[in-house]
Amino acid sequence: MTGKKLNVRTMAEWAAEGKTPEILFWVGCAGSFDSRAQKVTKAFCKVLQQAGIEFGILGTEESCTGDPARRAGNEFIFQMLALQNIQTLNAYDVKKIVTACPHCFNTIKNEYPELGGNYDVIHHTQLLKELIEEGRIKVGEGEKSLKMTYHDSCYLGRINGEFEAPRKVIEALNADFKEMKRSRRNGLCCGAGGAQMFKEDEPGNKRVNTERVEEALELNPDVIVANCPFCITMLSDGLKEKDKQEDVMIYDLSELIVHNNKW
Amino acid sequence: MEIGQIVFVVVLLLTFGFAFKKYKELISTIFLAKPVKVDGPVFERLKNMLLVAFGQKKMFQNFLPAIFHLFIYVAFLITQIKLIEIILDGVTGSHRIFAEPLGGFYTFVVSSIEILSVLAFVATLIFLWRRNLLKIPRFNKAEMTSWPKLDANIILFGELVLLFGIFSYNGADIVLQQRGMEGYPDTGPLAVSAWAGPILFGGLEAEALMAWERAGWWIHILAVLGFIVYLPYSKHLHIFFAFPNTYLAKLKPRGAMENMPEIMEEVKSMMGLAPEGDIATDMDEIPEFGAKDIFDLDRINLLNAYSCTECGRCTAACPANLTGKKLSPRKILMDIRDRSEEVMQKLKSGNSEYIREDLRESAKKLSPENFDDGKSLFDYISQEELHACTTCNACVEACPVLIDPLEPILKMRRYEILTQSSGPADWTPMFTSLENNGSPWQMSDARDAWTEEDED
Repeated sequence: MTGKKLNVRTMAEWAAEGKTPEILFWVGCAGSFDSRAQKVTKAFCKVLQQAGIEFGILGTEESCTGDPARRAGNEFIFQMLALQNIQTLNAYDVKKIVTACPHCFNTIKNEYPELGGNYDVIHHTQLLKELIEEGRIKVGEGEKSLKMTYHDSCYLGRINGEFEAPRKVIEALNADFKEMKRSRRNGLCCGAGGAQMFKEDEPGNKRVNTERVEEALELNPDVIVANCPFCITMLSDGLKEKDKQEDVMIYDLSELIVHNNKW
Repeated sequence: MEIGQIVFVVVLLLTFGFAFKKYKELISTIFLAKPVKVDGPVFERLKNMLLVAFGQKKMFQNFLPAIFHLFIYVAFLITQIKLIEIILDGVTGSHRIFAEPLGGFYTFVVSSIEILSVLAFVATLIFLWRRNLLKIPRFNKAEMTSWPKLDANIILFGELVLLFGIFSYNGADIVLQQRGMEGYPDTGPLAVSAWAGPILFGGLEAEALMAWERAGWWIHILAVLGFIVYLPYSKHLHIFFAFPNTYLAKLKPRGAMENMPEIMEEVKSMMGLAPEGDIATDMDEIPEFGAKDIFDLDRINLLNAYSCTECGRCTAACPANLTGKKLSPRKILMDIRDRSEEVMQKLKSGNSEYIREDLRESAKKLSPENFDDGKSLFDYISQEELHACTTCNACVEACPVLIDPLEPILKMRRYEILTQSSGPADWTPMFTSLENNGSPWQMSDARDAWTEEDED
């Protein structure tokens, strides 16, 4: 085998052995390239490995799902990326996909079927919930004094209606959890969606992430839990602006599970 | 036939004639946009209409306004039952034609109307106070200029007039009944007028009472007919349009943008995924993609615009608007409606200067197909507004009547990018990188380089 330190195998490597893993982990662009999101990717891989789940990644065969292109209005680039991805996924006869990015999750789940890509797609927080409920991963005592709040990403929450799974995992982590004023269906955007991540803000009197971070800081939390690499970036920027990056941490649930288990 | 009857019949016919013409025009305006295939389970659609429009389910996310709105709405609905009698009385010259035959049931129906009317009266006063004296941000945004504000107040004022009519009509009548006047059949003890009537009108002479009763009756019916005529010009059209709008609301998953099959086929053939020679798209004429004007939107988008009552719940929830950006989802809908009205009025004028320049010679008549007034939705909605949207769907979630303000925004973005090749300069490197590297960032590392790194 290749000397990969993390022992993560690509679909091509699985296929070379004539095997198919039970699930494909769709890493996404942020999870692959963004140094903060890479940590989430690695933590999630660790959780999968600890739970004994056989998974593969597409590696260099993966491309952007096309979400930012489509929402910016560039349907040509979206179709190019999407059709190429679907071709790859279908070639490996992929049935089940898990991803740590709600944008990838939404596009593959809701937009690929019309283009010929039909898969059972879940967001990693949904898988984490299942693994905990089935006892396949254990969560220890937790820290009751740890003040925690949760930021609903638009694309997992309001758009795909998943509010409970991440909250169930948080519950299992046994921290001092409080909701922000705007949560669930009324959760406030971090400001990154619709390809805003890749452009400067339009003129206004505040950045959206600043507004959101101010709301979170009212709770004086130690940890803000997020489920989206872009939310993590936006909220981190907001915290830096408030000079709170040392006091408040932003984590993905898989990181908290790894931390809890001291893996 | 008395003069009153003749006047009534003439007014009634004029109103219905005008209303028929105007509502037909509204529907033709909506039909200027692209047709939409309405499929999916009828049951689901009926459920949406019953729960959301009839049952006002989404209003109740905001309890107090929902309750007061419900008073006005239910009062409005059941007052319409009474309208049958008013019209029959007006045409035949009878007086309370149903009072005797229905007996106790008549008392019950009219009493219910009275109780709801009192609640509606309270609600109307609260709404007037809230709209004009309380500084509620969503009622005072940039797009709430003089006409939208006046429109809201006209209807609330109209409601007060209507209620004034109802209680004069019933109150004076009760006193006349108590005095045993001939021609005033027993209505039984009406819930409000039975005690309020004598207090308000008890001191009046019979003639004055009769005048009040008649005036109340006329005010009531004229206010109702006035509403019918006024609604097509007003945001209050939602009282009718909320029903088709919720029934026809698209059932696709919220996160799925509308597919563009013509581009999909083109890309498939480029990638060798489609059989050769089977390509429907003819690239000789450069096609226009996305929406530039109302003709490029679909009929649901336009129906949405006409169903909007400018309540501003969408704008109040919009992260861009909350942080001072120019985008307001409500304004997008108001702009679409205003532009639709403009196009329809110009089409109706038949003026040949609105015929597309290259067709002006050959075309005989101005029609939607050759229409070009040199303007478009982009004269109403700026690029700055379109570029501020995060597609977070808060506006979609917030709308009590299932309007989707997001779809037209994204269709206009498509026009900008695909047809005009413009758009935010920051997006150009993103597009280039997506095309060349399959990632929005230009990265030198391989996509799986992280697998070679140390654990964190």
